Amino acid sequence: MAESHGEAKGQKAGAHTEAEGGHHGGAFPPFDSSNYASQLVSLAIAFVALYLIVSRIALPRVGGTIDARQNKIEGDLAEAQKLKDESDAALKAYETELANARSNAQAIGNETREKLNAASEAERKALEDKLAAKLADAEKQIATTRTNAMSNVRGIAADAAGAIVQQLAGVTPDANAVNSAVDASLKG
Amino acid sequence: MKIDPIHQFNIEPLFTLGHIGNHTIAFTNSSLYMFIAVLLIALLMVASGRDLVPGRLQSVAEISYEFVASTIRGNAGAEGMKFFPLIFSLFMFICVSNLVGVVPYTFTIATHLIVTAALALLVFFTVLIYGLYKNGLKFFKIFVPSGVPIYILPLVMFIEILSFFLRPVSHSVRLFANMLAGHIALKVFAGFVAMLGFSLGALGWVGGVLPLALTVALYALELLVAFLQAYVFAILTCIYLNDAIHPGH
Repeated sequence: MAESHGEAKGQKAGAHTEAEGGHHGGAFPPFDSSNYASQLVSLAIAFVALYLIVSRIALPRVGGTIDARQNKIEGDLAEAQKLKDESDAALKAYETELANARSNAQAIGNETREKLNAASEAERKALEDKLAAKLADAEKQIATTRTNAMSNVRGIAADAAGAIVQQLAGVTPDANAVNSAVDASLKG
Repeated sequence: MKIDPIHQFNIEPLFTLGHIGNHTIAFTNSSLYMFIAVLLIALLMVASGRDLVPGRLQSVAEISYEFVASTIRGNAGAEGMKFFPLIFSLFMFICVSNLVGVVPYTFTIATHLIVTAALALLVFFTVLIYGLYKNGLKFFKIFVPSGVPIYILPLVMFIEILSFFLRPVSHSVRLFANMLAGHIALKVFAGFVAMLGFSLGALGWVGGVLPLALTVALYALELLVAFLQAYVFAILTCIYLNDAIHPGH
């Protein structure tokens, strides 16, 4: 069969095809058409088998493994993210709690300080009022004492003036005239 | 000692499965390595554990998954994920069979144009059929780029149509030629080492250091190419599918 094909197909190999199976002087093997049918049949069987193995078993299997890994990685990352979010939330809650406590403490401190301030202010005010009252009393007393003293001075002056006039003139002057004269001179 | 860099590409029938017409359908070394690739992928993707914290093998499986998924999302949008099993199968099949093929004495499936062409045509017809099914006649908008002046539009359309139908060719030949050339180059340089040693004696062993160093460097390059070509195949598939999903550019 090699002869018939060699002659029918290829001029390039036609001259040498008589030596079937011989390596030397035979057709250049890749162009030896007597082998084509065998190779095509084997190739068809082998490639179809390969295609079936690849499409039915190999690719779904390997693809499944890769997908499973991808899903696992994504799941783990999501889990980690979730945990991180949780810890962030806890941290936030802690911080707000802390801030609240701090502002509470400040508020209590302020309140106490204000209360104490108010108390001390009130005490100071009471004390000042007391002192002011005392001062006013003292001033009043001074004023009365002074008016008393002044009225005594008038009386003394009038008596002295009457006595002086009597000594000089020998007459007792009219008390009213003496009084008005003393007042006029006191007014200056 | 003769260097025979072509020997590694021979198809050796292991046993005959049957006949279709006058074609003999044999289980060949190529078939064996196809099933080895399928088995390795199945082991990696199915038997590598489902732990929450992945081990090494499970990491490789998951990195492959996400690598292909992000390539599709980046090049064909979220709707392209419909084709995730197809693109993942293509990428892993080519990548694993290429990496197995870099091991000495193994066979590399992608050094046979018929295999890469079959895979490229699978992509081509998927794009064509899905594009027509999803968009109807609007699918042909991919041949009419917007914003092109009317007088050069026929030329542009001709180029677009031509490039569309040449896609499976470039798509398959790129992978095939890269793997074939890489393996031939590796074999030739590695052959030099042995040839110098056998033919020139002690001097040859000294002289063999240079091709040996080149072989090591080339081997590293081939490891990169094995992965890179699978990636290129997958990313082009995404780009082509993007046309089927969003034909309006």
